Amino acid sequence: MKKCMKCTKPATLHITEIQLGQAQVVHLCETCAQKYLSSVEVGGIPSLELDDDEVSATDADDEGAAIEAAEVEEESSTAACTGCGITFKQFRSVGRLGCPQCYTSFHDDLLSLLESIHQDTQHVGKCPPKTSANTLRHHELMRLRSELKSFVERENYEEAARIRDQIQTIESQTPVAEDAAG
Amino acid sequence: MTVLDFEALTNSSGEWLKGVGPESDVVVSSRIRLARNLDRFPFPPQTTDAIRGEVEAVLRGPVAEVLPPGSMGYVRIDPLETLDRQFLVERQLISREHSEAKGPRGAGIGPQESMSLMVNEEDHLRMQVLRSGMALDECWQEINRVDDALQQQVNFAFNEEFGYLTSCPTNVGTGMRVSVMLHLPALVMTKEIQKVFQSMHKMSLAVRGLYGEGSQAMGDFYQISNQMTLGKSEQQIIKSMQQVIPDVLEYERRTRREMVKENRPKLHDKVSRALGILQSARTITSEETMHLLSSLRLGINLGLIDGIEIPTINELFIHTQPAHLQKLSGSPMESSDRNAARASHIRSRLAPVEPASEGE
Repeated sequence: MKKCMKCTKPATLHITEIQLGQAQVVHLCETCAQKYLSSVEVGGIPSLELDDDEVSATDADDEGAAIEAAEVEEESSTAACTGCGITFKQFRSVGRLGCPQCYTSFHDDLLSLLESIHQDTQHVGKCPPKTSANTLRHHELMRLRSELKSFVERENYEEAARIRDQIQTIESQTPVAEDAAG
Repeated sequence: MTVLDFEALTNSSGEWLKGVGPESDVVVSSRIRLARNLDRFPFPPQTTDAIRGEVEAVLRGPVAEVLPPGSMGYVRIDPLETLDRQFLVERQLISREHSEAKGPRGAGIGPQESMSLMVNEEDHLRMQVLRSGMALDECWQEINRVDDALQQQVNFAFNEEFGYLTSCPTNVGTGMRVSVMLHLPALVMTKEIQKVFQSMHKMSLAVRGLYGEGSQAMGDFYQISNQMTLGKSEQQIIKSMQQVIPDVLEYERRTRREMVKENRPKLHDKVSRALGILQSARTITSEETMHLLSSLRLGINLGLIDGIEIPTINELFIHTQPAHLQKLSGSPMESSDRNAARASHIRSRLAPVEPASEGE
């Protein structure tokens, strides 16, 4: 998974620009691609600059520099995972995390990435057998609320009302006492 | 540990190729896979062979144990020759990534090739269940049962916020990829397929070729699968696929009917020529084979070709691939020899039949 050359999201559009016989590939996320496409004049020289680095696309060395510049170092990119020792920057270059602990070590950085990939950041599916009743209840509520939202968006009020009743039923049940955090 | 009987495999084919399930005129197969990892080990791509070996040792017992009766058993993949691994990839029993991965790894193979549990792929465990036709509920029941059984024996990496933790964040949460393999020749011929790509993209569904990520759509086969694995339950993901796929099937069928209505003689000619070439060619490339088999499959489904069964065609798509041909002949072959062997194998499977009547 390549990341966007202008922000931290994963690149979903791969544009090949041909300038004076030189091919240059640009990897962008949907949002940045729209900006990019609207900024490049027909036949003009596409510039990869995000903020102030003006870059000539016909120069292969500058292209490399542009990519480097786009990979603006976030403070957290140098911190290593406590489980396996990889940094967030290393993860970005290979696209694979090192170990399960990475999800905790890079929690905040991963949130925005997960949001852009899945449009969500909370698991509501199957859980291991030992999962507490409260967690399951919490997940069920999250799942129902997202269903409710999508029924309302589609103006299916009958189904929405049914889901709302289910949510109220679950909410009216007292949470199990073992851990109140929910 | 099992030693794979490649000879028996070469002369048979999996349940999912039988072409018997619901909607099988368009839907070849349904597949669900789950990605799981052990909670105390680094992910396979970022570790050493020693640790991959430990993971393999932890998982091989439980994997062998959860395989249903009649399974082929657990096989070590790393000692296999390249050709044998390629054969298993063509068979869809292991992924290309698994074939090319490093270090100790294996696969538990279920009965009739309908299940495979890969150890040390990109994740510690990649489990898949395959069925003929549109059968996602059955796939889910089976894979969920296997996952439950494994979770009685091993702890998978999981956190309450992000769900099942995976090597690549694109799989985190349910770790589930639901995919349906469709044969869409009419939409390809009329170029309407572009509209399918666009609408699938809008719904965040991926469209891929026969062998998944990065592969080309050979023989007009397309795999449609979910991309989002976090924030929805397994049932929600399956349900949304079940809502979307029927529209694609109807689109393909409508296009087929229109093609027949508009120019039946031309279509009849095209599929008959495809059969003619396949029945008489002395040398043929993989690409041409895929293309002609696709026309032939369409012709059979439209009743323009008689006397050949869909499973025969489905099987030929797999059995005419390079590793299969080399296993059939019993020796490694250069490309030109493979083309001759391919033509010969196809001729033997498609013995001439009476031409279909010219009825309008």
